[in-house]
Amino acid sequence: MSEQMTGAQSLVRSLEAAGTEHIFGIPGGAILPAYDPLMDSSIRHILVRHEQGAGHAAQGYAAATGRVGVCMATSGPGATNLVTPLADAHMDSVPIVAVTGQVGAAQIGTDAFQEADIRGITMPITKHNFLVTDPAEIPRTVAEAFHIASTGRPGPVLVDVAKSALQAMTTFAWPTELSLPGYRPVTRPHSKQIREAAKLILESRRPVLYVGGGVIRARAARELRVLAELTGMPVVTTLMARGAFPDSHPQHLGMPGMHGTVAAVAGLQRSDLIISLGARFDDRVTGNLDSFAPGARVIHADIDPAEIGKNRAVDVPIVGDCREVISDLVVALTTEADAGHTGDYEAWVEFLAGVKKKYPLGYDTPTDGGLAPQYVLERLGAIAGPEAIYCAGVGQHQMWAAQFVGYEHPNTWINSGGLGTMGYSVPAAMGAKVGMPDTTVWSIDGDGCFQMTNQELATCAINDIPIKVAIINNESLGMVRQWQSLFYNERYSNTDLHSKRIPDFVKLADAYGCVGLACDSPGEVDATIQKAMEINDVPVVVDFRVHRDAMVWPMVAAGTSNDDIKYARDLAPKFDDDADLELRP
Amino acid sequence: MSAPSTTRHTLSVLVENKPGVLTRIAGLFSRRGYNIDSLAVGPTEHPEVSRMTIVVNVEESPLEQVTKQLNKLVEVIKIVELDPTASVNRELLLVKVKADVENRGQVLDTVQLFRAKVVDIAPDAVTIQAVGNADKLSDLLRVLEPFGIRELVQSGMVAIGRGSRSISERNLRPVAIPAPPAAG
Repeated sequence: MSEQMTGAQSLVRSLEAAGTEHIFGIPGGAILPAYDPLMDSSIRHILVRHEQGAGHAAQGYAAATGRVGVCMATSGPGATNLVTPLADAHMDSVPIVAVTGQVGAAQIGTDAFQEADIRGITMPITKHNFLVTDPAEIPRTVAEAFHIASTGRPGPVLVDVAKSALQAMTTFAWPTELSLPGYRPVTRPHSKQIREAAKLILESRRPVLYVGGGVIRARAARELRVLAELTGMPVVTTLMARGAFPDSHPQHLGMPGMHGTVAAVAGLQRSDLIISLGARFDDRVTGNLDSFAPGARVIHADIDPAEIGKNRAVDVPIVGDCREVISDLVVALTTEADAGHTGDYEAWVEFLAGVKKKYPLGYDTPTDGGLAPQYVLERLGAIAGPEAIYCAGVGQHQMWAAQFVGYEHPNTWINSGGLGTMGYSVPAAMGAKVGMPDTTVWSIDGDGCFQMTNQELATCAINDIPIKVAIINNESLGMVRQWQSLFYNERYSNTDLHSKRIPDFVKLADAYGCVGLACDSPGEVDATIQKAMEINDVPVVVDFRVHRDAMVWPMVAAGTSNDDIKYARDLAPKFDDDADLELRP
Repeated sequence: MSAPSTTRHTLSVLVENKPGVLTRIAGLFSRRGYNIDSLAVGPTEHPEVSRMTIVVNVEESPLEQVTKQLNKLVEVIKIVELDPTASVNRELLLVKVKADVENRGQVLDTVQLFRAKVVDIAPDAVTIQAVGNADKLSDLLRVLEPFGIRELVQSGMVAIGRGSRSISERNLRPVAIPAPPAAG
């Protein structure tokens, strides 16, 4: 099946052969040859307004569907605008392929117009990247890029193609096998390690399943539930794993970490065994590492061997795909259970249930009749429901969305966890909606974040991508302001955005061909959300004008111990006081 | 000259012979905050494979992390840490030493003693080539120093395990890619 064609045609044929259905991108000089055959392709290209939007859309698409997201840009500034989404996808293990045009092979290295060494620039922030100057290499490179992006620990791959390679004549032949001698991810866990893990689980008295984003990427939510219910072990889900285990489940303690629940933080802190599944002991989860879970032994399962033991010493390392690891653990523990061996966690479960009951997530209602942001998200979660997809930006609204929406299914919570990219939400929601057109997709954004990428509303309105945007407008860079309140004597340096005055978000929505709604009192919240839910032909933007002094609680201040968690300002929970069991190691 | 052996490790890294590999590896070391003491790259018995010998100065646990991070690079095929007692390691030294008619004899005696070689000679200098491990070369330099060292260049260390086993015995079998989904 080899055919003569241009490199550009070969590129488009290769993307089709790799299964691409959608590309988010913007044309420009160096990538221009590829846009000509794209017109005749089965692939739907969505013309975005900024390359960063293309990258985040590809991420949102991938996170919602589990398929590889694809974005395209020209050389130089087009390519450098993809740097942020690539770094974001690298941190959060999102499978995307970025195709960029490069100046002609003869011009490379001459500081030609719109030349940037994007392969060099993106080396530390991609799983792998390629520069193609020989058109014959295009099909194999595209096949390798998709294979690398989607297997093992998923991640971003960049393919930079010289304009001369796109213009030259070549032969198209889709490869059936790849030569990647240095790339053989281990997915099958070692049976000895599984037996060791099962032994520790049965011996422990205070185990916790510490669930990370790897469980979602591995599509292992069902297996996780079986494991949890088989053993009765408590579960915590990290920011990247919200939805991997139902929030409504009685064994769920909530999210651990800096803004986690007291029960989840206490659960990890006082555990004698942490079973880490696709999580990476991030500093936002552990707080001060030296005082994190001092009495816990650790089983650490991850598909990336480099994560195991990186931050925390490990007792039982397991390299493998989370779904296979969990399935094997279920088999091993079922066998033990049949032989009458089960763990005794009764006192522990009871203790944590007490903590959970005593320190539920909560918030203060503003006394002046203003709108509590947490209330907006609580109602949004209740009305839009757990079948909807929620994409957040970064900051206070993201934490409140993680805490108060309520997630029951994997891939319904999409956010920028590792890199913390403000401006992620709107384009990611756009990508998610393209991938899941029949699902309601809410972008939950801050007024600061929204102003970084809201130009993609034009893309959504023009291309029939009816996302819904909830702007949690506290007219400030809220999380930074919170830190200024707590750690900088309420000196609010450069965090006031005045966004209840400028811009007018309702008019802005209108200008972009979207429906704009505003809401500033608790009594209007339900009706406003309902109204937004009823509009499905165009994007909707709701300006929720919330109380500006609301803070995210609980909180473990950066660099401090999880033991010093504050339930609210100046309020430290006493989760050890009424414990029946000796929890201090 | 050589650091305590407890923290000095010699890694043999087999990589695909492709453009940019050296940048990836050097970049990884600097990004993760590790220093490379010496690095040497060259071809192997397989034309598509290059071998790097990297000497790093780190404790055990960061060494494990750096090895794992290196292994994640798609073009890195294999990494082996060479045990200094079970491997041969060599560096190459070229040094230009002041030597006139009066002291040339003494310089040549030193060359003999260290089984080094004179590779170039001028009326007032000789250029010496020496091969050996880091200790031997530093000893040689110590002895040559009083004569006056005009210029010095030294290669990174290359190393190979003793015995008949080869670290590059490996298969280059291709990976079958799953059948692509029908293009929509």
